[in-house]
Amino acid sequence: MIIIGERINSSRKVIAEAVKNRDAVFLANEAKEQEAAGADMIDLNVGTFVGQEPELMGWLVEIVQDVVSVPLCIDTPSADTIESALEKCKSMVVVNSITGETERYSSFLPLIRKYGSSVIALCMDDRGLSRSPEVRCEIGLSLIEQLTKAGVPYENIYIDPVVEPISCGPNTGRVCLDSIRLIRSQEPEVHIICGLRNVSYGLPKRALLDESFLSMAVLMGLDTVILNPLNKRLMAGLRAARALVGSDEYCMDYIAAYRKGKLEC
Amino acid sequence: MQLLDEIRAAVIEGRWEQSGALTRRALNQSLSPSEILNGALIPAMDEVGVKFQNNDFFLPEVLIAAKAMNSAMEILKPLLTQTEAKPKGKIVIGTVQGDRHDIGKNLVAMMMEGAGFEVIDLGVDVSPQHFVKAVEEHHPDIVAMSALLTTTMPAMKETIQALKEAGLRETVKTMIGGAPVSLSFAEEVGADAHAPDSAAAVAKMKEILEV
Ligand code: B1M
Repeated sequence: MIIIGERINSSRKVIAEAVKNRDAVFLANEAKEQEAAGADMIDLNVGTFVGQEPELMGWLVEIVQDVVSVPLCIDTPSADTIESALEKCKSMVVVNSITGETERYSSFLPLIRKYGSSVIALCMDDRGLSRSPEVRCEIGLSLIEQLTKAGVPYENIYIDPVVEPISCGPNTGRVCLDSIRLIRSQEPEVHIICGLRNVSYGLPKRALLDESFLSMAVLMGLDTVILNPLNKRLMAGLRAARALVGSDEYCMDYIAAYRKGKLEC
Repeated sequence: MQLLDEIRAAVIEGRWEQSGALTRRALNQSLSPSEILNGALIPAMDEVGVKFQNNDFFLPEVLIAAKAMNSAMEILKPLLTQTEAKPKGKIVIGTVQGDRHDIGKNLVAMMMEGAGFEVIDLGVDVSPQHFVKAVEEHHPDIVAMSALLTTTMPAMKETIQALKEAGLRETVKTMIGGAPVSLSFAEEVGADAHAPDSAAAVAKMKEILEV
């Protein structure tokens, strides 16, 4: 399982404050803590700073890459911001995210190729986000085909079926789970990723929903997830889910986590 | 009036099958459409709005209440246009270009309709040119724009600019809203009004049109 730490996102008040005050120490610490808790990548998002995003993202990349050894994940819909970040990145980086939308795809692809970065690809296109798992799967497969043809290595592609809040429409949780299942049945090896937290927006006791949804998604074939790695319960639940569905051979990861006290929560 | 109270409760509790049935019964007992609207439906949605704001209601409760309100409105709408005087005002509403979030916009549109305004809903991802065309065609009192993304907020400015260039800016008022949109942003882009939520949007609309 690949875990991407979500905490450095300016839609969180503490992060917005720290970015505003250019508090490099605080932000570096947020990154280090996530790596220590098991994050395989660190997501960076400063989307709330309208007009300043490219400059701030570049600044953030320089701070964070000096204190962690894992790849960074540049979370933005803006090509300018991607470029400003990729210029500064010294090692492996993930672009979060491209879509099948013509404009976004064509402005991001040259940058991804130029810098050899990995990419998260959302299963939506110019028609918007479909309510049909079949359509989402079809968009995902077509993105894989286009990206690999353009020279992006298969293992650098992360397909995101898009998690919608279950509070916002009928059946949205199910649609996402079915999309994962369909994509996995067609592409046994590709990375499939979800941003977990969206699922519980608008409802009480969000952690409970996040945890349950995560184990269902793992069953369907999810292998990468964006979440808060400091949430011990979520991380323990993830290990349990992997052991239960057979993704953790001989339950060795589960047992090792137990010995390290990582299943206490 | 007990029946009005029952309708109000059905809407607040999201019992959408009953809100329609009760509305029909009220009409049969010769309550007027506007009595039902003003005595039950609007107070119900006002209460839902307050509960949501105070975190007493969760989003799905708001959405199902909206559905219950809608099933009553479906029955009343044709009657209202027959019996009532002209609508209090006309509004063209849409989510701006590049943005496909419509839950908040739909709530605002529904509350506006409930409050007796004629609503022309342009949907999502509405370009400045599309807004301009709709103003030329429908001559609304207000153009209302919703945006949920920081990246699409500039489209509000572009739409206001496009209205200016088309020589229409003086013929309509503009109102903007959506989670990331603030009063200071509204002032910056030259919008006439900003509302933080759907109830406030209706209040602003009334204030502007002095109705
Ligand atoms: C004209 O006058 C007025 C007056 C008042 C007005 C008004 C107009 N409009 C609204 N109001 C006001 O009245 C309403 C009622 O009180 C209120 O409306 P609201 O809309 O605020 O409130 C609604 C009742 C409930 N709220 C909502 O409906 C929005 C909820 C969240 C979770 C949300 C949802 C549901 C969705 N999303 Co989106 N989404 C999020 C949202 C998280 C959040 N914290 O807001 C947000 C807005 N999304 C975000 C993002 C990034 C995205 N989303 C996207 C997609 C989606 C879904 C399709 C999955 C879904 C939309 C479904 C739909 N049909 O609308 C993508 C963009 C698609 C696009 N082109 O638009 C995508 C870009 C994701 C991606 N990686 O592609 C974030 C924006 C960050 C930013 N920097 O701007 C986000 C804050 C989530 C997050 N924390 O990251 C008031 O604002």
